Amino acid sequence: MSKKVSLWRIFLTMFKVGALTFGGGYAMVPLFRSEYVQKYGWITDEDMLNMIALSQSIPGAIAVNCSVLVGYRLRKIKGALAAVAGSVLPSLITLTVVTYLYRAVRDNAYVAGALRGVRAAVVALLVSAFLGFMKPFYKDALAVAAFAAAFLLSFLLDISSIYLILGGIVFGVALGFLRIKKSDNAKNGGAAP
Amino acid sequence: MIYLELLWIFFKIGLFSIGGGYAMVPLINSELVAHGLMTQTEVADIVAISQITPGPFAVNAATFAGVKTSNILGGVVATAAVVMPSLIIATLLARYFFRFEDNVIVRRAMWGLRPVVTGLIAAAAGSMALSALLGAESVAAIEWASLLSAVDIPSVIIALVSGFAIIKLKASPVLVILAAGVLGLVLFGVFGI
Repeated sequence: MSKKVSLWRIFLTMFKVGALTFGGGYAMVPLFRSEYVQKYGWITDEDMLNMIALSQSIPGAIAVNCSVLVGYRLRKIKGALAAVAGSVLPSLITLTVVTYLYRAVRDNAYVAGALRGVRAAVVALLVSAFLGFMKPFYKDALAVAAFAAAFLLSFLLDISSIYLILGGIVFGVALGFLRIKKSDNAKNGGAAP
Repeated sequence: MIYLELLWIFFKIGLFSIGGGYAMVPLINSELVAHGLMTQTEVADIVAISQITPGPFAVNAATFAGVKTSNILGGVVATAAVVMPSLIIATLLARYFFRFEDNVIVRRAMWGLRPVVTGLIAAAAGSMALSALLGAESVAAIEWASLLSAVDIPSVIIALVSGFAIIKLKASPVLVILAAGVLGLVLFGVFGI
């Protein structure tokens, strides 16, 4: 990072992501990407996928882990704290209010209607996010195969993401060795480093 | 002291909920219900509420349980406690990861991981599409015989329009989510489609 990102800005962007993410897991990915990668360019798509992979492999919610990682990346410990505070505060405020009047909110037709609309939009957001992430490896047949395998195993067979991530690590490391063996100028060698 | 108790309980829940999401429900049952801090019905309520409020389930559950057992301060304590393991572990991980990011083995592992994570995001899009557009919770739960009547056509239209707005018109996800919420409120809430 050449320019120093302000803690306030980290807090605000995470607050925005936290406030508009309904549902757990990867639902935060499209918003996170639009703020951090596309709008401000603080991190790359590659950085973001790395952070998601790390977040998935340690305890805690993916959204919280990702915010710690990106905050730390931008401004070390202070950045991590600002990011976590921002990502958690919308939930804290909403839930505190909702806890007191939850029966009314839960059975409200307008709330249910708005959420039905939001969930439909999130489908589109997630599709656009994974298409964006795929761009760097569209033409790499092996990477596309890894993508397809992970998608099918997770979607159809509901295999735990922990195993798929471990598989990805083994695949990446093993393939790296194979590719270097094949060509002596391993300096570049396509996508694998 | 209730605050210390909440702190300890939610620290444990944060630490052991690997994979995030509803993985922590059994832990909530054993920690909170068994200790008489919450009832089984309230646990079911948290799950329902978490679906209509922003933010990860773990954070929502912590705030709800804290506020229920000991007001707003309890909510703050429980929420801080549930993200603390993430904060500690992800910060430590970030320190080492960002230092070794350029290491050749780490780069190969990450090269293998990125398509896998992209596949997981695609799978999340698939599951989200099933639940938001078909009302099915998994591929196995799809009733193929009555597939066409299960399709939620207004939601499909919202998803398609959102996709067009994001991918073709480069609309901001924030705007798309807000617009879809308003559209859902009007279509489903006001007109009862």
